[in-house]
Amino acid sequence: MATVSVTDISKTYPNGAQAVRPASFDIADGELIVLVGPSGCGKSTLLRMVAGLEDITTGDLRIGERVVNDLDPAERDIAMVFQNYALYPHMTVAKNMAYGLKNRGASKDAIATKVAEAAEMLSLTPLLDRRPSQLSGGQRQRVAMGRAIVRDPALFLFDEPLSNLDAKLRHQMRVEIRNLQRRLNVTAMYVTHDQVEAMTMADRIFVLNAGGIEQIGTPSEIYRTPASTFVASFMGAPPMNLLNGNADGGKVRVGESAVQMPCADGSVLLGIRPEEVAVSPMGTIPFKLTLIEELGASRLLHGTVAGQDFVVNAPNDDIALAEELMLEFPTNALHLFDAETGKRL
Amino acid sequence: MTKITRNKKPIRLSDIVDHAILILGGLLMLFPVYLAFTTTSHDNITLSREGLQFGFGDQMGHNFYAAMFEKGGFSEQIDGTTMLMNSLILGIGFAVGKIVLSMAAAYAIVYFRLRFATFAFWVIFTTILLPLEVRILPSYEVVTGLGMANTYGGLIVPLLASATGTFFFRQFFLSVPEELVEAARIDGAGPGKFFIDILVPLSRTMIAAIFIIMFVYGWNQYLWPTLITTDEGLFTLVRGIKQITQSIYEGNQIPEYGQAWALAIIAMLPPVVIVIFFQSWFVKGLVESEK
Repeated sequence: MATVSVTDISKTYPNGAQAVRPASFDIADGELIVLVGPSGCGKSTLLRMVAGLEDITTGDLRIGERVVNDLDPAERDIAMVFQNYALYPHMTVAKNMAYGLKNRGASKDAIATKVAEAAEMLSLTPLLDRRPSQLSGGQRQRVAMGRAIVRDPALFLFDEPLSNLDAKLRHQMRVEIRNLQRRLNVTAMYVTHDQVEAMTMADRIFVLNAGGIEQIGTPSEIYRTPASTFVASFMGAPPMNLLNGNADGGKVRVGESAVQMPCADGSVLLGIRPEEVAVSPMGTIPFKLTLIEELGASRLLHGTVAGQDFVVNAPNDDIALAEELMLEFPTNALHLFDAETGKRL
Repeated sequence: MTKITRNKKPIRLSDIVDHAILILGGLLMLFPVYLAFTTTSHDNITLSREGLQFGFGDQMGHNFYAAMFEKGGFSEQIDGTTMLMNSLILGIGFAVGKIVLSMAAAYAIVYFRLRFATFAFWVIFTTILLPLEVRILPSYEVVTGLGMANTYGGLIVPLLASATGTFFFRQFFLSVPEELVEAARIDGAGPGKFFIDILVPLSRTMIAAIFIIMFVYGWNQYLWPTLITTDEGLFTLVRGIKQITQSIYEGNQIPEYGQAWALAIIAMLPPVVIVIFFQSWFVKGLVESEK
């Protein structure tokens, strides 16, 4: 258990490429942070810098009270779970979990107790004598977590741990990891490119883009008040609709129609989430429907508004579908972004 | 008991032809061995007069006994058992030494950010172009200069550097996932521990495969042992066979053909045994990887 404090940390590779732009943040004790972003955004690099697998070019990294910049991964009091599990293939489950303790010179009894405890917690006890190759993906993932747990680290690091699992198992493991982290009350950093994982698991989400942190916030903050068009379109499925518009005297015009929205004159991006748009005959915005996707509880209507792509998530009931529909944008669901910088207005 | 029923596939003509070819090839390979075996069972006079024998005689036991335990050679000090020991020392020393050396080299090249790692690898690799036969004079010069002629060291050490082994281990290490190294680092395993605890166990099928190849290669060495050992106490089997037939040219007695054949048979056995025992590992090492 520990806090993590990061000051102006950055990573530049010898060839001059900057993988992580200077970033500062703090993580509270027992908090689960999710780093999310598209591939190549630097989220894994950032995590690996915290783990000590990548050198830190500038800045300070503190875990607990210690500055750990120059410490070996083994001395940082962390544990890491890898995407492909990285279990030692020639060792049994028990030995896999015990290896880190053994290297730290723990006594045989202490190791046995710890391993038994962790195995119990993860319901791995019947599998302790198996080899990783005899386990299913989910079981391997649990062994990888067991290996992390037995060491009682100050900080858990997860590098896309669920990417290799199928959808159903992923959901189950998501809940399991979250429960475990709560129960152990350990600080954790979790990297994923899956925004659903980020939304469901995080205490706070860090959205990364092109090596920099775009926004830090709780899942609902990220969802309700995205700081930029990048965050708005990255978080949420399907992504937020963004329409090019013109602000003009307290109104934003999109094509022929306009919505009431006080802001400075100029070109803006008007954002609204597909699930917050209402289809109604009383609406003021015309929508041209081209494709329907059934989701069961609702359906996605793909089409255009004023010639720009637009998606509506409509409840699966009453409305009569036609090629031309009228939409209503609730004012409190509207987001405005600067057309040039993409920043929230 | 349940009765096992099997779907009998009709035998096709092509199957018969395939098998006929295989059996023929097998017989062709085995026949000389059979011939060596039958020839061993005759006495020297018969062999000297009539040459190779196709049937069994009654001297088998005597010939093997004489080959293994009767002292012979110029010094009357060496018997087949000593030569067998020498051959084993050469074969095993050669194989083990090569494996240790080439694994260590590959480990350094793959896992440490050495400045000229790739260059070093290619330099090692090009030594494939310089087999012992090409560098035999300088090698001899160096070994005798170090006073290592007529020692096991002189017999084994100059042959140890192995580009092939280094190459195989390098390719294998490159295929070990990066995360494994990282997980081990987080688990507190330093370079030495990682090598012993993770890499060596992972490479064991690879090690077995290379051990077989190198053991047989070392066992069959002829040129280098002939050159570097003059002391009969260090003669290997392959070398000793020739020593026995040498008396043909000296001409004052009937050469001990029977013993020579017996030694030839004995010289064949260890490689066969090794291949039989290690063959499942051998195949595994070459075709599959456990990662």
